[in-house]
Amino acid sequence: MIDIGLGHYLTLGAIIFSIGVIGIFLNRKNIIVILMSIELILLAVNINLVAFSIYLNDLSGQIFTLFILTVAAAEAAIGLAIIVVYFRNSGTIRVEEIDKLKG
Amino acid sequence: MENLHFVLPEIFLSLSIMFLLILGVFKKDSSILIHNISLIVLLISAVIIFNEIIEIEKIYLFNGSIVIDYLSSFMKIITLLAAFIVLAISKSYLKIIKILKIEYPILILSSILGMMIMISSNDLIVFYMGLELQSLALYVLATFNRNNLKSSEAGLKYFVLSALSSGLLLYGCSLIYGFSGSTNFDTIAVQLNSNEYALTFGIVFILVGLAFKISAVPFHMWAPDVYEGSPTTVTLFFTMVPKIAALTVFIRFLYVPFLNLIDQWQMILVFLSIASMLFGAIAAIGQTNIKRLIAYSSIGHIGYALAGLASSSNDGIQSSIMYITIYVIMNLGLFSCLLMMKRNNEYYENLEDLSGISKHHPLLSLSLLIILFSLAGIPPLAGFFAKFYIFKAVIEQSMYFLAIVGLLSTVVAAFYYLRIIKIIYFDPEKEKYDQNHSPWLKFSLTFSTILILFYFIFPSQLVEIVSRINII
Repeated sequence: MIDIGLGHYLTLGAIIFSIGVIGIFLNRKNIIVILMSIELILLAVNINLVAFSIYLNDLSGQIFTLFILTVAAAEAAIGLAIIVVYFRNSGTIRVEEIDKLKG
Repeated sequence: MENLHFVLPEIFLSLSIMFLLILGVFKKDSSILIHNISLIVLLISAVIIFNEIIEIEKIYLFNGSIVIDYLSSFMKIITLLAAFIVLAISKSYLKIIKILKIEYPILILSSILGMMIMISSNDLIVFYMGLELQSLALYVLATFNRNNLKSSEAGLKYFVLSALSSGLLLYGCSLIYGFSGSTNFDTIAVQLNSNEYALTFGIVFILVGLAFKISAVPFHMWAPDVYEGSPTTVTLFFTMVPKIAALTVFIRFLYVPFLNLIDQWQMILVFLSIASMLFGAIAAIGQTNIKRLIAYSSIGHIGYALAGLASSSNDGIQSSIMYITIYVIMNLGLFSCLLMMKRNNEYYENLEDLSGISKHHPLLSLSLLIILFSLAGIPPLAGFFAKFYIFKAVIEQSMYFLAIVGLLSTVVAAFYYLRIIKIIYFDPEKEKYDQNHSPWLKFSLTFSTILILFYFIFPSQLVEIVSRINII
C-alpha cells in the first residue's frame, strides 16, 4: 500500500483545476458546461485548502473552504439566473452564437 | 472590541441594505424613495469615515483580519463619493429606459459594501468575501436591462470571465495559505520563505485574478463587450468604482505580505503596465462606439496606474492613487456628456452622433473638449499632472524603458482623443439634442470640468492629502 500524503492531494487538486480551466476554454457547445467547469475549479481549491489545513494542523483552511462553498452556491444561482435571462432574449445558449457584442 | 466603531460605516451600510430591501418589498412603487434614501446612506457613510480619519497609526480589528488606516479611509471616501454621483445621475437615465427599479440602488450599495471590505482587508478570507460580494452585485448590475439582448449578453460574459478569475485567484490563495501557513497578510510577511517555488505560483495566480478585475492586458477581453452592453450608468460605475477598490487591494497585497519577493512580481507588473498602455492606445483607434472607446481608454489608463505601482516606492504608490483619483473625475465628466446625448427619449452612443454638436451645444462641446484634452494629458489640465506624477516616480527608480513606452503610448492615445474633438468641431452638424437634463447631470459635468480645468492652481492640495499615505 502506498501512503497518501499531501503531494497526492495537491496533484489531485491541480488536475481537477486544470480540467476546469481547460473546460472553459475548449468548450464550444453549451454555457451550462462552463458553469460546471467553474464549480470544478472551486472544488479543486477546496481540496487544496482542506489538505493544507490538515497538513498544517491549522483550522483556518477549513473555514475558508466553508466560505468558498457558500459563495459557490450563490455564484451558481446568479449564473443560472443570468443564463435564463439570456435564453429568454436570444433563444439559444450555444457558446458560438453569443457574439452580438463585437468590434 | 473597544475599537469596533471603526467598522461603523460597514455596519451602517449593511443594515441600511437590509432595511431598504424590506422597505422595497412591503411598500409599492417605492423605487424613487429607495433611490433617495440610498443617496443619503452613501453620504452618511462617507461622513462617518471622514470623522474618524486616522493620521498615522494603523488599527487592526478582528484578530488582524481588518485594517483601518489612512489609505483605507481615503479610498473608501473616494469610492463612496463616486458611487454617490453615479447613483444621483442614474435616476433620470433609468427612468427614460424604463428600468427604474428598487434593486438598482440596493445592488450598488451591496457592491460598495464589498469594495469597502476589500479595501480594508488584511486577510485572504476577508479579501475573498469582499471581492465576491462586490462581483455578485456587479454581475446582476450588468444584466440590469434584462429585456435587452446586449445587456444580458454583457452580464453573461462578465459572469463567466469574472468567475474564472475568482477561481484563479482562489487557487493562488490556497497555495499561499499552504506554503506560508497563514491567511493573515502580516503573518504571511513574517513566515515568508522566499525560496519557495509555490509561493511565486500563488502570487502569479492572484495577480492574474486581480488583473482580470481591473481589466489589464492580457486579461482585458471582457471589458469592451461588457462596457458596451451594460446600461450607460452601469458602465460609468464599472469604469470607476471597482477599479479604485482593486487598485487598493493591489497595493495592500503586494506591499504588505510580499514586499520581500519584489524581484518576482515587479517584472509581471511592468509587463501588465506596458501591455495595457500600448494596447489601450492602439486598439481604441478603430472604434465607432463611444462606450467601447472608453473601455479601451480605461484599459490604457489602468496601465499608467500600474506603472506607478510597479516602481516599488512610496512615491510610486502615491502617484498611482493620485492618477486613479483624477481618472475618476475625468471619467465622470466624459460620461456626463455621453448621458446628455439624448433626443426624444433615446440615447445615442456612437462617435458619428457627436458630429458637429458644437453648433447647437457650445457649452457641452467646450467641456467635452476640456475633458478629452485632459484625458490625452495636455497641460495645464489635471490629466497632465496625473501622468506627470507617474512618470516622475517611475524615472526616479530609473525604469527608463517603462517611462519611454508610457510617453509613446500617450502620443498614440492623443490621436484618437483629438479625432473626437475634430468630429465635434469640424464635421457637418446634425439635429439638436434635448436640453432638459437633470440638475445632477449638469452639476456633475460642471463640477468635473471645473476641477479638471483649475487643478493646476491648487495642485498641492491633492498632493498633500495623498502624501500622508505610507505603505512601505
